[in-house]
Amino acid sequence: MAFDQDTVRRTAHLARLALPPEEVPAVAQQLERIMGLVEDLRAIDTTDVVPMAHPLDLDQPLRPDVPTHQDSRAHLMASAPAAEHGLFLVPKVIE
Amino acid sequence: MELHDLSLRQLRDGLHKRDFSAVELTQTLLKRIHILNPQLNAFVTITENEALAAAAKADDRLAAGENGLLLGLPLAHKDIFCTADVRTTCGSKMLEHFVAPYDATVVARLAAEGMVTLGKLNMDEFAMGSSNETSHFGPVCNPWDRSMVPGGSSGGSAAAVAAGLVPVATGTDTGGSIRQPAALCGITGVKPTYGRVSRFGMIAFASSLDQGGPMARSAEDCALLLNVMAAHDPRDSTSHPAAASDFLRGLDRPLQGLRVGVPEEFFGEGLDPEVAAAVQAGIAELERQGAVIQSIRLPNNPHAVSTYYVLAPAEASSNLSRFDGVRYTHRSAHIEDLTDLYKQSRYEGFGAEVRRRILVGTYVLSAGYYDAYYRKAQQVRSLIREDFRRAFAEVDVIVGPTTPGPAFPLGAKNDDPVAMYLADIYTIAVNLAGIPAVSLPCGLTQSGLPIGMQLMGDYFADDLLLNVAHRYQQETEWHLKRPQLAVGEA
Repeated sequence: MAFDQDTVRRTAHLARLALPPEEVPAVAQQLERIMGLVEDLRAIDTTDVVPMAHPLDLDQPLRPDVPTHQDSRAHLMASAPAAEHGLFLVPKVIE
Repeated sequence: MELHDLSLRQLRDGLHKRDFSAVELTQTLLKRIHILNPQLNAFVTITENEALAAAAKADDRLAAGENGLLLGLPLAHKDIFCTADVRTTCGSKMLEHFVAPYDATVVARLAAEGMVTLGKLNMDEFAMGSSNETSHFGPVCNPWDRSMVPGGSSGGSAAAVAAGLVPVATGTDTGGSIRQPAALCGITGVKPTYGRVSRFGMIAFASSLDQGGPMARSAEDCALLLNVMAAHDPRDSTSHPAAASDFLRGLDRPLQGLRVGVPEEFFGEGLDPEVAAAVQAGIAELERQGAVIQSIRLPNNPHAVSTYYVLAPAEASSNLSRFDGVRYTHRSAHIEDLTDLYKQSRYEGFGAEVRRRILVGTYVLSAGYYDAYYRKAQQVRSLIREDFRRAFAEVDVIVGPTTPGPAFPLGAKNDDPVAMYLADIYTIAVNLAGIPAVSLPCGLTQSGLPIGMQLMGDYFADDLLLNVAHRYQQETEWHLKRPQLAVGEA
């Protein structure tokens, strides 16, 4: 069905999850079971049914564009796993 | 009665009559938490010092003559609500050391009333679970039987309230995460109308379904808390302009003439006979009080679980993409390049169930499958909402079981994600439609486990649901039953 092991590997890459090779077969099985659960949707007649994205039919609200937050830079940087000179550090991306 | 058994109103009376101070009340409950939490694992973080400081401040305000309804009263928050200066983990290794730069609106509003926060409560990781077993901080035990699950995802909240560690707690409900643990732990929980309670600072799982709400030992205590929690918040673009209301005002209205619908789909195959009998007895009590009972149909309800398990993972896969190992989350030590950093950090930081849902969500949103799954599920979501629209043209309230069975043993459903998903079979449709619902205790099984009855209402009928729940609790005693807990020489 849908979830063969290649599909799992491809989807894991899209989701940026490093799934170890030995986990792939079990995950494929579980996902196939979950996709089996949702399979009954296909049989429902939804001709001309408008998709529902949200419970409330609200317009996108607007508010005045004024500053609301205080400067919390120091607080935010304190949670960073690696930082230097007020910047987040990541592995080198440009050779 | 002892302090840990009192309602918010009784506690408030005690504070105002100076029977005890807010500091004494806080100390009493902290002591109980220290004794019982090792057995239950309901708290992830206990904020003893902050609580005592807040209680002292509340005592000053009481002495100055302030008389807020919640001033000096204790609570605890599900660890999905951000708190400045206290870590917010969302039950995940990913956020094990995360300290938010601000309070969630819900946290700030309750603190401004003078409520005293005793700590942060355990939960399924990122609110994904129905048994509180997916938490990075270990499972929560059900106070009625510690070999049983408390339900989830707000399992820590439900267990803490049931065990008398706090009189009230906050929870969140995306597919049943307030109502299902409330039912399994024998307490009252409210999933408000979508848009009632601000989602600002509430870590997002599935944004079109998530809603915060109160969990307590009575409908009246839920109403007291919801009065403060429900408010329009300009910082949440899905907050409704008419979110605020007085949920206490109509609590006592008699039920004479109330039109109650009982959906056939909620009493079919798979429902535990003891649960069915208790809920039928609950419906009979409403009828005795003057409600008019009629059978109704919600024909698309059987598709609610499948609809949810497309839409919720889809939204989750998008929401959880922010946890990248760069800015404030777990970062893997085993990385070579940037892609590695993302992939390894996310694999290590997320537990198995969260990873599964991210994969399902990524899959149903990916090219070639979007129309077949995501768009299709959105269409079925419309049909589910239409079912409720039709039903509420005929009835005021819909009543049924909250869960198909009572609490199940820890570990019983861990090998089969789909079996776990079916624990929410009666609660999910409410979130898809965005309507309010309440779970309240309506019985105990032969083996002494709580049973929950669910009341569902039309948009913004939260006050009516609380009214019905309160009238039911005026005439019955299920909500007064308490689990037996070994507190030793406390």
